[in-house]
Amino acid sequence: MKIIEVNRAATAANDKDAELLRAELRDRGIFLLNLMSAAGSGKTTLLSRVISDLRDRVPLGVMEADLASDVDAVTIENLGAKSIQVHTGGCCHMDAEMTREALRAFSLEGPGIIFLENVGNLICPAEFDTGAHKKVMILSVPEGDDKPLKYPLMFQESDVLLITKTDALPYFDFNLSAASRRAEALNPAIRIFPLSAKTGEGMEAFEEWLLSEWEAFLHA
Amino acid sequence: MHELSIVTHVMKTLREVAEENHLHAIGSVTLSVGEVSGIVREQMLDCWDWFKKRDELMKDAVLQLETIPALTYCSSCGRQYPTVEYGKTCPFCGSKETWLLQGNEFSIKEIEAE
Repeated sequence: MKIIEVNRAATAANDKDAELLRAELRDRGIFLLNLMSAAGSGKTTLLSRVISDLRDRVPLGVMEADLASDVDAVTIENLGAKSIQVHTGGCCHMDAEMTREALRAFSLEGPGIIFLENVGNLICPAEFDTGAHKKVMILSVPEGDDKPLKYPLMFQESDVLLITKTDALPYFDFNLSAASRRAEALNPAIRIFPLSAKTGEGMEAFEEWLLSEWEAFLHA
Repeated sequence: MHELSIVTHVMKTLREVAEENHLHAIGSVTLSVGEVSGIVREQMLDCWDWFKKRDELMKDAVLQLETIPALTYCSSCGRQYPTVEYGKTCPFCGSKETWLLQGNEFSIKEIEAE
């Protein structure tokens, strides 16, 4: 037996799968966003709003991943987006292979934007590349402004931070500038959008970002 | 059981390493595991032993976990301290504006194989 220095991330095989999937989706014109958050951060409410606002401008799809999904797929479909539920069978995160399998069953052939609603969890979804083109993290006001200190990897890995449920700011000790400062200290490039999917406040800025990224993706 | 899927990821990566280096038997695998990486050692070892019997390449492979100590940096006073002992609060100045410097690593360091 000989010793072989590997020095490779334990998830290197997944990272490679993810790169391949990302390139395949690019060829098909499918812009995949990995949406990560704790359970109950308001992902489905946010997506319902985005679908209502943008359905006439770009084909949209939602993949809902959960241990045993509870999303109302009918609600998403009724709003005019394609949807699919992925049961992870007890697994706490999505990886590239699972995402590929789920996409195979998806009726949106492309081009379009697909949101992957990852399992509600701030820890391991950050460690596993799904093949998405952008990672979007959601932090809702009731969760508290100290989350960047507690789950730094999630904030380091994300391209965008959505601070949701800002309509609840008067009722919680959530300091918007402290949360932003902590997130930016971990990840200076992160884009932060405070918004309320309920009142619509701040939605426009996020949707503008989404559309401009989509345009850039199409013409890259 | 986060460890169950992590073991399958590690094995997948190892199968690639074996293929690249034309290896047919792995005798040991050393993983570098940060103290606060969230990996539970006993569960890792149990999952490893369960999976390895089902894989020709790894059936005799012993798993070794090497610990990387966790260190936290305090952005208020600029000092470093051991994370596990003091957690989020800096023991020097009491600040909570602290960041993990190392300790969340999880990688395959080396293998013994032929």
